[in-house]
Amino acid sequence: MDLYEYQARELFARHGVPVLDGGVASTPDEARKVAEQLGGRVVVKAQVKTGGRGKAGGVKLADDAADAQARATDILGMDIKGHTVHKVMLAVTADIAEEYYFSFLLDRANRTFLAMSSVQGGMEIEQVAEESPDKVAKVAIDANAGVDRAKADEIVAATGFPAEVADQVAELIIKLWAAFVAEDATLVEVNPLAKTTDGRVLALDAKVTLDENAEFRHPEQAELADSSAVDPLEQRAKEKHLNYVKLDGEVGIIGNGAGLVMSTLDVVAYAGEDLPGSPKPANFLDIGGGASAEVMANGLEIILSDPAVKSVFVNVFGGITACDAVANGIVQALQVLADRGEDVSKPLVVRLDGNNAEEGRRILTEAKHPLVQQVDTMDGAARRAAELAAQGA
Amino acid sequence: MAIFLTENSKIIVQGITGSEGTKHTKKMLAAGSNLVGGVNPRKAGQKVDFDGTELPVFGTVAEAMKETGADTSVIFVPPKFAKDAIIEAVDAEIPLAVVITEGIPVHDSTAAWAYATAKGNRTRIIGPNCPGVASPGKSYAGIIPASIAGPGRIGLVSKSGTLTYQMMYELRDIGFSTAVGIGGDPVIGTTHIDCLAAFEADPETDAIVMIGEIGGDAEERAADYIKAHVTKPVVGYVAGFTAPPGKTMGHAGAIISGSSGTAAAKKDALEAAGVKVGKTPTETANLMRELMQK
Repeated sequence: MDLYEYQARELFARHGVPVLDGGVASTPDEARKVAEQLGGRVVVKAQVKTGGRGKAGGVKLADDAADAQARATDILGMDIKGHTVHKVMLAVTADIAEEYYFSFLLDRANRTFLAMSSVQGGMEIEQVAEESPDKVAKVAIDANAGVDRAKADEIVAATGFPAEVADQVAELIIKLWAAFVAEDATLVEVNPLAKTTDGRVLALDAKVTLDENAEFRHPEQAELADSSAVDPLEQRAKEKHLNYVKLDGEVGIIGNGAGLVMSTLDVVAYAGEDLPGSPKPANFLDIGGGASAEVMANGLEIILSDPAVKSVFVNVFGGITACDAVANGIVQALQVLADRGEDVSKPLVVRLDGNNAEEGRRILTEAKHPLVQQVDTMDGAARRAAELAAQGA
Repeated sequence: MAIFLTENSKIIVQGITGSEGTKHTKKMLAAGSNLVGGVNPRKAGQKVDFDGTELPVFGTVAEAMKETGADTSVIFVPPKFAKDAIIEAVDAEIPLAVVITEGIPVHDSTAAWAYATAKGNRTRIIGPNCPGVASPGKSYAGIIPASIAGPGRIGLVSKSGTLTYQMMYELRDIGFSTAVGIGGDPVIGTTHIDCLAAFEADPETDAIVMIGEIGGDAEERAADYIKAHVTKPVVGYVAGFTAPPGKTMGHAGAIISGSSGTAAAKKDALEAAGVKVGKTPTETANLMRELMQK
């Protein structure tokens, strides 16, 4: 889960990482009040989970509280790369002398953590790495040894931080590592890490990604999830513990196992390429190992309630899952939805293979549901589902 | 031969008395695997019946190894306790630990890997979040169903469980020396490259199917390895061409970050290494069938 800057800034502050005083506002009026409390000049920053907000006009300076209110009025509701701005962060300003870069992240290739740092901050680190790779220091961090003063000093030296900030940077690095571990983060990034003209070292921006697998250790992190920015279908799916991602096509997809569902999306997209309107997958939905009737009903309900969906492809390979259970799930799910008064009018293409596939196919054949068609192969079923979507069925 | 797991492997299950552990212990036994016991400190000393086969439960992996000669552990313990279970297996220096558990925090899997590395990597770790290893006709360690495909001369390595099953099903007419599901997490023990190296050295494997998916650069590194070290024919498949950037597609590791980790980049890298890459699992299986019929 990616945090908003204001959430990441609060997280930094909680762990003693030096940040500028600030607050968050959802309305221009709130922005004025926050600016009054902060006093003096403030920066007003759009809170969106995407880069390039400065260029898009989402970061403005304000001379006083009234000005902050006006700038917040401009920024709130803006669209930045498809993200609507619902909140702004306000922070006191600082006179910056130098901008650096610092992050802790997961190094998948080497199966370790990594400190990445540069004395050239403020711009995208990928750009620095491309233009002057020697300006980006990478120091591997042993997960069990962590970052003590000696390790922090090693990072400072490897990066070439100026002597006058070395001490402060080392202290900040130690605190940032503590935050990275304590919060089960997979990324903490400070860009820019700034030296002010009066010699202080501060985190001027904050980017944090938290590991959703570690939620059981962090019940308090649940409130960081932002339901307003999430697609309403994704939100409903999450409440039902379904692994669902909304996409922008017309063929609803249900499958078992992340890899098979990803593959199903691709196969449907290929099948749709040369059809009228080029139908594409409408979603990712992995119902996982135990495809009970209830899980199938919940999944089908979400997909059928998506107005963009024109046809549905249920693609199951029974490994652990038994196909007869899946078939019963489909039949019962359609009944449950009809009983609930849901609109069940979109055609379903079902492909069952593997464990008890023959029994599963027999169950569907005997159920004779007018909306359900069976196709034996994955590629053939994908083709049929795409055709049905293309016909607008 | 086969790789990692043979008819001589002696398997224990960590978390044998849990619901997943119990269910899959029965399935592994039914598939003919040589299970010799399990580990659960709270039930040490007991004997547990699995559909007619009694297995002893030990307090620790080390004790189980001493009493049974076990050389392989399959780990089914819940995410909260998985790190400790892996570390216990590493401390006991069991040669192979297959971690099935899904949902382990990445700080835990990274710490467990760092621990294993500090101890000299005497234990081969497969997973976490994987379906395990199957050497059809010989032994099964994990949850790959024995019913899908029989023994043959194809080696299979895949991040995804269900795509492993799908590919084994597609190629059931030819059969497999070993299929390894290496797992969909960002940090895993055994990599594509480890499996490619083992298949290259295995006299019972003639050709290799490699299945990848979006996220990270493991497939690109595997492509470099194939180019330099693999003489056996390799056929590839990559899932996730239509996945949007920034969204996690089911597997914790399956996410496109910026421009890296895309399926197209992985396919290009594999093709540049001389690997034939199929557009769909079925097409990939057909590429392999053509190769094997030559």
